[in-house]
Amino acid sequence: MPDNTNSDVSPVPTRTSGPEKRTRVEREFTVAERSQAQLVLRRFLQHKLAVGSLIVLILIILLAFVGGWLWKYGVEDLTGDHSQPPSWEHPFGTDAIGHDSFAQVLRGTQISIGIAVLVALFATIVGTIWGAVAGFYRGWVDTVLMRVADLVLTLPLLAVAAVLGHNTQGTWWLIAVVIAGLYWAYVSRVARGVVLSLREKEFIEAAKALGATDARIIFRHLVPNALGSVIVNATVLVAIAILIETSLSFLGFGVRPPDTSLGLLVSQNQTAVSTRPWLFYFPGLFIILIALTINFIGDGLRDAFDPQQTKVRA
Amino acid sequence: MTPTDPTATTGDTVLEVEDLTVQFPTDEGLVQAVRGVSYELRRGEVLGIVGESGSGKSVTSLAVMGLLPKTARVSGSVRFNGRELLESGDKELSRVRGRGISMVFQDPMTSLNPVYTIGDQIAETLLVHNDITKQAARKQAVELLETVHIPNPEQRAKAYPHELSGGMRQRVVIAIAMANQPDVIIADEPTTALDVTVQAQILEALRTAQNETGAAMILITHDLGVIAGQADRVMVMYAGKPVEKGTADEVFYTPRMPYTLGLLGSLPRLDVKTDRLTPIAGAPPSVINMPPGCPFSPRCPLAEDICDQEEPSLEPGSNPEHLAACHFSYRVEGHAPADLFRQAADDPLPTGATEGEVRE
Amino acid sequence: MLAYSLRRLLISVPIFIASTFVVFLMAALSGNPLNRLLAISPPPPPQTIEAERVRLHLDQPIFERYWNWLTGLFRGDFGPSVESTMDIGNEVMSRYLVTLRLVLLAMLLALILAIIAGVVSAVKQYSGIDYTFTFIGFLFLAMPTFWFAILLKEAGISFNNAVGEQVLFTIGDSSVYVAGGAWDKVLDTAGHMVLPTISLALLSFAAWSRFQRAAMLEVLNSDYVRLARAKGLRRGQVMRKHALRTALIPLTTVTALDLGSIISGAVVTETVFQWQGAGTFLLEAIRKDDVYSIMAWLVISATVIIVLNLVADLLYGVLDPRIRYA
Repeated sequence: MPDNTNSDVSPVPTRTSGPEKRTRVEREFTVAERSQAQLVLRRFLQHKLAVGSLIVLILIILLAFVGGWLWKYGVEDLTGDHSQPPSWEHPFGTDAIGHDSFAQVLRGTQISIGIAVLVALFATIVGTIWGAVAGFYRGWVDTVLMRVADLVLTLPLLAVAAVLGHNTQGTWWLIAVVIAGLYWAYVSRVARGVVLSLREKEFIEAAKALGATDARIIFRHLVPNALGSVIVNATVLVAIAILIETSLSFLGFGVRPPDTSLGLLVSQNQTAVSTRPWLFYFPGLFIILIALTINFIGDGLRDAFDPQQTKVRA
Repeated sequence: MTPTDPTATTGDTVLEVEDLTVQFPTDEGLVQAVRGVSYELRRGEVLGIVGESGSGKSVTSLAVMGLLPKTARVSGSVRFNGRELLESGDKELSRVRGRGISMVFQDPMTSLNPVYTIGDQIAETLLVHNDITKQAARKQAVELLETVHIPNPEQRAKAYPHELSGGMRQRVVIAIAMANQPDVIIADEPTTALDVTVQAQILEALRTAQNETGAAMILITHDLGVIAGQADRVMVMYAGKPVEKGTADEVFYTPRMPYTLGLLGSLPRLDVKTDRLTPIAGAPPSVINMPPGCPFSPRCPLAEDICDQEEPSLEPGSNPEHLAACHFSYRVEGHAPADLFRQAADDPLPTGATEGEVRE
Repeated sequence: MLAYSLRRLLISVPIFIASTFVVFLMAALSGNPLNRLLAISPPPPPQTIEAERVRLHLDQPIFERYWNWLTGLFRGDFGPSVESTMDIGNEVMSRYLVTLRLVLLAMLLALILAIIAGVVSAVKQYSGIDYTFTFIGFLFLAMPTFWFAILLKEAGISFNNAVGEQVLFTIGDSSVYVAGGAWDKVLDTAGHMVLPTISLALLSFAAWSRFQRAAMLEVLNSDYVRLARAKGLRRGQVMRKHALRTALIPLTTVTALDLGSIISGAVVTETVFQWQGAGTFLLEAIRKDDVYSIMAWLVISATVIIVLNLVADLLYGVLDPRIRYA
């Protein structure tokens, strides 16, 4: 604050008491310095639905990976109980030959989540680089790269994945590679958009004017600022990948027996929907629960990363 | 209330706003965008409302029009030709809007619907309020374009907004505002988004519109230079409240509130030799959960303990029509901006965040 | 506008041809089309196998095969199928007609529902109905098509039982034999279409209604809607004349972009409801390593997508004068 006690400088009527004597009321809008990560975390935690979803998702993951390992029945164990409805012994019931459905659903969840995360990882890496290069260099590089991405996007990807997935023979990580090999194009468009808009921002101009190198601009300015969009997209991609993988497995071109996935379980038990509904409903509900919670988390992250969101609530 | 014609004349005052408050509930708390604004607008006069963004000047005019989002909580009284608007329903208000009171917004680039021709958009406001044919409305639209000095009005009427420059589009918006001979035209920062070279022309077009229709005008701006020479009376707003009211001459030449003086000091002038402009240090206050006291005190060179405890009310000075809200208004009178704000200007500017501001 | 669309199209052609090469390679190398023949016991004479090898061009190097296929396309020749009696061109066309019936109707249904839900949600933002539509949107976004389709099938069977008559069909795209006249045939086809159309439509509905809500909200908060209100237009008039019209523009782009995923969805829906459509045609082809059938499906799908994209572009031009004059 200006020190106005120095009254010999001007003949202005100055305040009679100096600021040191007054207990000042903090009136201006002050922002305690917080790092970007802290701000994002704080805003995310305010999003109740997203936080609740995160808890549910973590529980599902723990159940699948830890619970599946501890559970008394294996996927291929024949329990001797045939077509049993859900009970304490078999929480999700058993099928006609005596497989424990709980063990199968947990195994299917493991595989489905594993593939989806791998897809998101691959697609994000490839797509981000693809889009960032297009956006950063623009010109004909941009035209060619983005026309390729656009073309991939317009194709019926699930069907193309079925053609390509025929080669994987059910190997789970190969399935992930096939799906990622088609879905990176989504990420590339987002990454390009972010880079293009950031290019025009004043702080990038300023960095250029100060003589910063391309590498410095990319790693100190573009990457941290694009991170939000990329993380949000990677999250949503996990949900999309779950649906694609389960559909692919349902059609018979994804995960194959003896291994299992949530989509394969639905496919194997579709005829049981009226006679032994537990076999059909539990894997389906797990797919919905996983995709739903991930979408809510993505929504929360989007709000947390985007400070320009509307704050007015009813 | 008697059902009267909304545009009927009832005395000299056409618009009377009394103790208007507007609040917005947000995640951070209650935003007190307008905290008790009163003014009256006389037939044919120009009232200038000045203030920084976030001072509540635009929210005030949107409240008058009944165009605030549904989440806004509005109280007080807005009487147009003696008729209370805040209690009126959408149907009654729609009859007043565009006919009794019309409005010109800040950004002409986004004020017009991109998918309709400008002729259609002018004709629309005529068709809503008058029982005329489409052909007649279109013909009148062309005439209105001519009045606001748009060249080739016949052809321009068939153009889409994106084919016109910003200045031309603002003329179209002015033509829409004057179409139904309103009693009041509210111009909300009509020149802010435009090139300096175009600003004078737009002010001129507004003048034309006012003269043609005989309407009173509220000219809202953050730029005292726009008000000068246009307004008959001026109201200065800070943090949702009027802090000084008076005739343009009084406010410009004998301000009684340090903030007004500060605004004047940050304005370049040709008639007085000054070495440098004197800025007001600091940022406008947050209007969420405001502490007691005068909101200007953190930036005020005259502030004392009482300023942090008690918010001053609008009090008349030697002239009963010249009101100011300052505990020490007598100390402001007769001083040049630089006298008061010099020390402030010599200090480095504090980096004030403005995140809590209400977007204008 | 048309020129712009055509130019974009022209750039896409070489890229599309390049991508057909990739798919051709993957499909051709993935399995041996002769496997089925070899698995027959007793094994057919070597001459038969050799003849089949020549008929399927397996004696040619892969690049030559691709080149012959590509040039054959322009003569309307899709190449030989593993099924020696099947003409790929005729088969894929008739199958695609069945699929298009499903896809177009589902898109129409999805668009209508999405516009209604999106607009209502935006207008009544943060109301109970908005939260309801939002929840439904999120739910369908998370729901796998195949699971929902099977549920619908169950619901259809229950419905028929309740009515005591087969109104909704859960298997096939039409009955093999329908007694009665043309009207009975139409009824029969409609009865087969109801459930698959709903199943396919709800998938796109979820995404589109969310999108339409956002677009509508943006327009509702726009300056020109505020000016329209300031002009004295009533809320309803502003909605109809200003908000809805402009908020529809971005939806055309999104619809066009989503065509691929709808055709994918049709593959799944046809599988569940056992339709003889293009989707099941593709899946059969993949299972039999029928390379030329796979390629035919890909080419026709791309053509359908390109044509519908052009339609969307033209529609965009009609809706948005900024594009029309650009």
